[in-house]
Amino acid sequence: MTLEPPPESPAQPERPRSEKPRPEQRPQSEKLRPQPSRPESQPESQPQPQQERPERPERPEQPEKPEELERPAQPEADAAGRPIGRRVLLGTLGLGALGVVAAPALQRATESLLAGAADKDPTGLTGLLPNGGGFRYYSVTASVPHRTAATYRLTVDGLVDRPRTYTLADLEALPQTRLVRDVQCVTGWRVPHTPFTGVRLSVLLDAAGVRPTARAVRFTCFDGAYTESLTLAQARRSDVLVALRLQDKPLGHAHGGPVRLYVAPMYFYKSAKWLSGITVTDEVRPGYWEERGYDVDAWVGRSNGRDDTPTS
Amino acid sequence: MPLSADAPPTTARVRRFTRAERWVHRTTAALMGLCVLTAACLYVPQLAELVGRRDLVVRVHEISGVCLPLPVLAGLASRAFRADLGLLNRFGPHDRVWLRAALRRDRRPASRPAGKFNAGQKLYASWLAGAVLVMLGTGLLMWFTHLTPLMWRTSATFVHDWLALTLGVVLGGHIGMALADPEARRGLRTGRVGRDWAEREHPLWRP
Repeated sequence: MTLEPPPESPAQPERPRSEKPRPEQRPQSEKLRPQPSRPESQPESQPQPQQERPERPERPEQPEKPEELERPAQPEADAAGRPIGRRVLLGTLGLGALGVVAAPALQRATESLLAGAADKDPTGLTGLLPNGGGFRYYSVTASVPHRTAATYRLTVDGLVDRPRTYTLADLEALPQTRLVRDVQCVTGWRVPHTPFTGVRLSVLLDAAGVRPTARAVRFTCFDGAYTESLTLAQARRSDVLVALRLQDKPLGHAHGGPVRLYVAPMYFYKSAKWLSGITVTDEVRPGYWEERGYDVDAWVGRSNGRDDTPTS
Repeated sequence: MPLSADAPPTTARVRRFTRAERWVHRTTAALMGLCVLTAACLYVPQLAELVGRRDLVVRVHEISGVCLPLPVLAGLASRAFRADLGLLNRFGPHDRVWLRAALRRDRRPASRPAGKFNAGQKLYASWLAGAVLVMLGTGLLMWFTHLTPLMWRTSATFVHDWLALTLGVVLGGHIGMALADPEARRGLRTGRVGRDWAEREHPLWRP
């Protein structure tokens, strides 16, 4: 490279014509100028652009490693050589494909390994690894208001004879049910043996007196955006709770506290966080994620195109 | 590398990257940054809690991810860029020497022969290209869930998650090395590098 333009007049007329004459060739021509110091070294072979061409000539060069090194006078050390970059690219692609095929086995291995490690990990860093155990926080809104025992209210209304508003203390006074099941998220993570404690939803529905025309239950949340729904039959199952406690501690805000829904047999998006309203309706209205493509009947292992082990 | 400070920067400067190449790098870096940032907001619980708006973050992540290969594809229109791809692809005997020195942590320029791109840069470029394509493929499997058989999606998620972690580490290395070498950064910013830097870092390069 120098400021001296190469003897272009003889070379130019031929090359540009053989390639497609493109506008970008202009900057190129000033760049390509092979070292004017050695004009005799075949001008044809050094323009780097040809990726395929050096395939053949490269072979004979392989054996002489040592000499290759001290040839600073040679044109471009990289112009020839083995196309290892392409192999690395294709190898990475192949490994990725292999990973997808082998994923079920690999996932079982890493999960059991990480679950063991997470138990003894005081830093919590294992929680950041994929499927490293533990819950993931998902919120669909920018921020979620906090509700305390003093400010929290849960209303039950719709097609019922006795609409009612519960405080946290009201809910705590009702008979509590403790369930220990796996939590399965539709995105893949699973938290084993997780105790939830709360009031059976059927208890609240019975107290309200569901009318005969009712077919479904709709849930609203005090984050202002999230909704969920269940058929009446699903809502009456004994493993569907209005949960007040998680892992035997009061439900924190990050986990949807003070009160959330817990639908044990379904993917976790059915277990709406920050529950504030239960409305009995005459038909199922798809919830937040269900309007975005997820299944309404979200049985673990039998929906959303997944085959996880059922949780309940 | 910081030694380059003792040579006045106004000494002869050598052309390293054309404008097209610099824009390919810039736009790729911006899209990659967007991808990584949104991924962190989807993935790290503390950030997810801070940012929320999951639907929007997912959409930004998807779009920036799908667009990630576009700058390179557009760059193929530039002859200089194609030429550099050719250089990145080809590994000569000197690259083996470079890699061996790197493994021994031998930092002497004499034991690190390199053309326009050193062996580490070549490996990085080709691995990254493959990894981005794997991320794209697995990401599409997770995105268009109804197009693929059941099990594929969980498997794609698994690969996507672990490769994302690996990519994060590797990108961190890439950025760290760039931060440690102002002249290399100047090359990508202005297109030109000091001749002494070029001769030290890329002795076999004939610009």
